[in-house]
Amino acid sequence: MARKVTTANVVVSTAGAWLVGFLIFFPILWMVLTSFKTELEAFATPPSFLFFHWTTENYATVQERSDYLHHALNSIIIAGGSTLIALLIAVPAAWSMAFSPTKRTKDVLLWMLSTKMMPPVGVLVPIYLIYKNVGLLDTRAGLIFILCLGNLPIVIWMLFTYFKEIPKDILEAARMDGATIGRELIYVLTPMAIPGLASTMLLNLILAWNEAFWTLNLSTLDAAPLTTFIASYSSPEGLFWARLSAASTLAIAPILIIGWFSQKQLVRGLTFGAVK
Amino acid sequence: MGRITLEGVQKSFGPVHIIKGADLDIPDGAFVVFVGPSGCGKTTLLRLIAGLEDVSGGKILIDGKNVVDVPPAKRGLSMVFQSYALYPHMSVRGNIAFGLKMAGLPKDEINRKVEAAAATLNLTPYLDRKPRELSGGQRQRVAIGRAIVREPKAFLFDEPLSNLDAALRVQMRLEVTRLQKQLATTAIYVTHDQVEAMTMADKIVVLNAGKIEQYGSPIELYQRPANLFVAGFIGSPKMNFIAGDVAGQHNAATIGVRPEHLDIDGGGQGWSGKVMVAEHLGSDTFLYVDAGPVGTLTARCEGEKGVKAGDQITLVPDPNRIYRFDANGNAIFA
Repeated sequence: MARKVTTANVVVSTAGAWLVGFLIFFPILWMVLTSFKTELEAFATPPSFLFFHWTTENYATVQERSDYLHHALNSIIIAGGSTLIALLIAVPAAWSMAFSPTKRTKDVLLWMLSTKMMPPVGVLVPIYLIYKNVGLLDTRAGLIFILCLGNLPIVIWMLFTYFKEIPKDILEAARMDGATIGRELIYVLTPMAIPGLASTMLLNLILAWNEAFWTLNLSTLDAAPLTTFIASYSSPEGLFWARLSAASTLAIAPILIIGWFSQKQLVRGLTFGAVK
Repeated sequence: MGRITLEGVQKSFGPVHIIKGADLDIPDGAFVVFVGPSGCGKTTLLRLIAGLEDVSGGKILIDGKNVVDVPPAKRGLSMVFQSYALYPHMSVRGNIAFGLKMAGLPKDEINRKVEAAAATLNLTPYLDRKPRELSGGQRQRVAIGRAIVREPKAFLFDEPLSNLDAALRVQMRLEVTRLQKQLATTAIYVTHDQVEAMTMADKIVVLNAGKIEQYGSPIELYQRPANLFVAGFIGSPKMNFIAGDVAGQHNAATIGVRPEHLDIDGGGQGWSGKVMVAEHLGSDTFLYVDAGPVGTLTARCEGEKGVKAGDQITLVPDPNRIYRFDANGNAIFA
């Protein structure tokens, strides 16, 4: 028997979905709202939700006190660079594991993931010392390197599962049709892999953009990305909620916009293969 | 031209021998079917000819030239896969044209050939659709179109009809056979379905456990099976085998009688028993008879004989149609 869909059902589930959506979105909304309050109103209890004195002075203060563009540029270079390098390494790796697996492939995949099971703080001291000795502290190259390594297992895993979905027969058909490896890559493989590549790239970009542990610990100013820029508003002179919120809003704005425009691609990527 | 010759072709995956030395000569223009139970190596043998797998030993000659070191694209063969293996991001036109594009043909020539192939296969109205917008039978036709448009030396078919429903399969079977005769291009066709093998083939290769058991025309295999395996594999329902004293009377280790060569109401020396199951197919009835010491026998009789389960009958073999096999399972021809 088919399930009956009544109007009441639709109303209840729609309302429920909106509620959950609102709850998840609320922290971001609250942050944005707080960034337009005065420091005094930001502290007020009970907090005022919409009826407060709207001001942009926090943004002006933030812009005055620190160089947003410098940090934003660092974020772009670090997140973009680490994503690009991770993809360059992961594509051939995932490719070979998906299309010519050996009996050790499964073990290698699991071993790679196991590196993500260890908390990063466990290797903070040795990494810090190594970076200090080779002069990578507070450099963009150093951060690109560590973020790339950190995300590589996930990138390889995601790409591996996408590539696994591409039937081997199609590649063989292309070979029978006279395609060389290069042409097979350009005309057949890449067009079929683009959704997977795109969503992997986006996810990695977001992860790298918001990564705070390594960026906070290994950079101070020269290479500091937006995460460090936000953190600088949480200390020594006490908490300035409004300014902190303004800085955070500025920091997440670019990635939020990218995420918004690519949400279709992202969702498709994350549920790829779940439903045929 | 498309004469394909195999000389001692072997294939092993690690310690497992899949193909244990195959010798075969496929004349130009022939329709040859590889048939055998699953795991017998028929698909592997096809993939070796295609070049998708490398041989472990032996030679594969196409028009007299050894091609074992030639990549698949340069062998001049085209293949139709079981899964169709269409390029999902290309239109029907793109799929059919791909091979020609790779060969670097001029655009108008490609268009002309694609349209001719599409017309042959009734695909013209679908040329601009994507594979996912087509039915199973249409996809299959696109896969065939992709194969014929390149005018190859030979077609290789890897169980191309097994994903279609029964009615469509019969229709496509006819179309493929007709197309192959029309183009007069050599075709090698892999199937596990002996009805497809018998109906489509000029010659059948029966494979079992990596060995070619027999190579001959459908009627040769039916009338003169070389051994027990071929005798049991070709023909439906299966041939009855009787060993022991009864076989000894015929100077053989085993004798075989096809169900259609057992008479149920004529007089003469035979085996009597009780009908356990009667399968009424309309035109025919299959009887499974418990014949005591000789075991269970299958008989095929006219559909309107009116024999039913529980009846006591006598099965009399046609004396000219008793197959004899020696202790090694090889046929003894008088």
